[in-house]
Amino acid sequence: MDDLSGAFAQAFRLIAGFDPDLLEIVTLSLQVSLSAVIVAGLIGLPAGAAVAVMRFPGRAVVIAVMNAMMGLPPVVAGLAVYLMLSRAGPLGDWGLLYTPSAMVIAQTVLVAPIIAALTRQAIEDLHGDYDEQLRAFGIGRSGMITTLLWEARVGLFTVLLAGFGRAIAEVGAVIMVGGNINHVTRVMTTAIALETSKGALELALGLGIVLLVIVLGVNALAGLLRMGVAGRAHA
Amino acid sequence: MTKRTLCNILATLILSLSLFGAAARADNAFILVQSTTSTQNSGLFDHILPQFTEASGIEVRVVAVGTGQAIRNAANGDGDVLLVHAESAEVAFVADGLGVERFDLMYNDFVIVGPSGDPAAVMGMTNASDALAMIAESGSAFASRGDDSGTHKKERSLWQEAGVDPVVSSGDWYQETGSGMGATLNTASGMGAYALTDRATWIAFENKGDLVIAVEGDDALFNQYGVILVNPQRFEHVKSDEGQAFIDWLLSSDGQNAIGAYQLDGQQLFFPNAK
Repeated sequence: MDDLSGAFAQAFRLIAGFDPDLLEIVTLSLQVSLSAVIVAGLIGLPAGAAVAVMRFPGRAVVIAVMNAMMGLPPVVAGLAVYLMLSRAGPLGDWGLLYTPSAMVIAQTVLVAPIIAALTRQAIEDLHGDYDEQLRAFGIGRSGMITTLLWEARVGLFTVLLAGFGRAIAEVGAVIMVGGNINHVTRVMTTAIALETSKGALELALGLGIVLLVIVLGVNALAGLLRMGVAGRAHA
Repeated sequence: MTKRTLCNILATLILSLSLFGAAARADNAFILVQSTTSTQNSGLFDHILPQFTEASGIEVRVVAVGTGQAIRNAANGDGDVLLVHAESAEVAFVADGLGVERFDLMYNDFVIVGPSGDPAAVMGMTNASDALAMIAESGSAFASRGDDSGTHKKERSLWQEAGVDPVVSSGDWYQETGSGMGATLNTASGMGAYALTDRATWIAFENKGDLVIAVEGDDALFNQYGVILVNPQRFEHVKSDEGQAFIDWLLSSDGQNAIGAYQLDGQQLFFPNAK
């Protein structure tokens, strides 16, 4: 229990002290994970909605794969991206390995399937309710997708938050493709892993508490935004 | 939103994302060093790298992983300089044409740590492989890196010397953690196991719990670090000028003095021995 109370004291000192190193790490964590969620959203939302609305052979297989990919282990995603971006890999000339961009790509790989699969489910439910109406208005497939995405926006906000939670919390992928380089690719989770490996358990736990507080802050902000969106939707 | 605008937005986003990392530091020359956890976790790099950067204007980015993984990463061309501690593997790296030349840089030693209760009765011994044989015989818990790191390579050679194959007892008294030195020490500390560790990581380690040094002082526990420039003829993107400048500095009296001056808790962690 000493460790735990020590950890809270550490967390408080870290936050109250406005440690510039910590600020840098927190900023990079948010930059990387929010970027990954944006990119994954731009891929996952339309992809999930398209699968929900369209009927094509092998659709059940696509859905099964999408759902299964939600369980993709971060280390495997990291390894795959490492092999692509390594100098020995097909995209090695881009020189992206051990940069924040590589971390965004790895997290996008992790998050896009979650957003796509959950969007598919949300849109499919909605599609069942609205299909006849939309057809009656003579709205085509792509129009249907954008309309349904818009109608489902409140629920999809939670989907994006689920993706963000996955991105900001994972360590296996970013440590592999980012390398946990001080002042370059060190984020909250890799810093926690490093301090744990130094045996500095209090500091590691303190950083963990800081991470939770930040995630809580992002969720609170998102909650306010969602209320705004929902409010207008019912106005 | 049409497909085209979507594609455009995506492309712009990815482009701007790939720039935000590079833009911040594009004006700085930097090199990438593949190295071991012991050099980073002990604080050595935090002590010496700012001095080199000050003198040369070159930033050093360190990826700290096990020696085995560091060598594999460098063999893929993902690094300019390799700084590890497994001499035979380093010599092979150069012989395969992946590195230019290997230089001795510094040394320290390995120690066997264990619970103060000392169930295997090895405390104070100076022959490491004899001590391991006794740990095996008594079936006392031993936490191994199991990750093909420099420390793990050393540990395997000591077991061989002792005439014991611990892997047949894996999962019984022999625990292969498959992770870094710190994680393995955390395991040893948690379960009261013996473990082989480099002295630098041990001194810097903050979660020792009940663990103490049990065996030290054996010549077989010598731990030599080497430094190698990744071969620019093999990988044309290798920053050979900057990488060589870093190696030259490490081997110079400035670099060697910086290494020797680093202390933690009043103890010197690394002993420079460049020729």
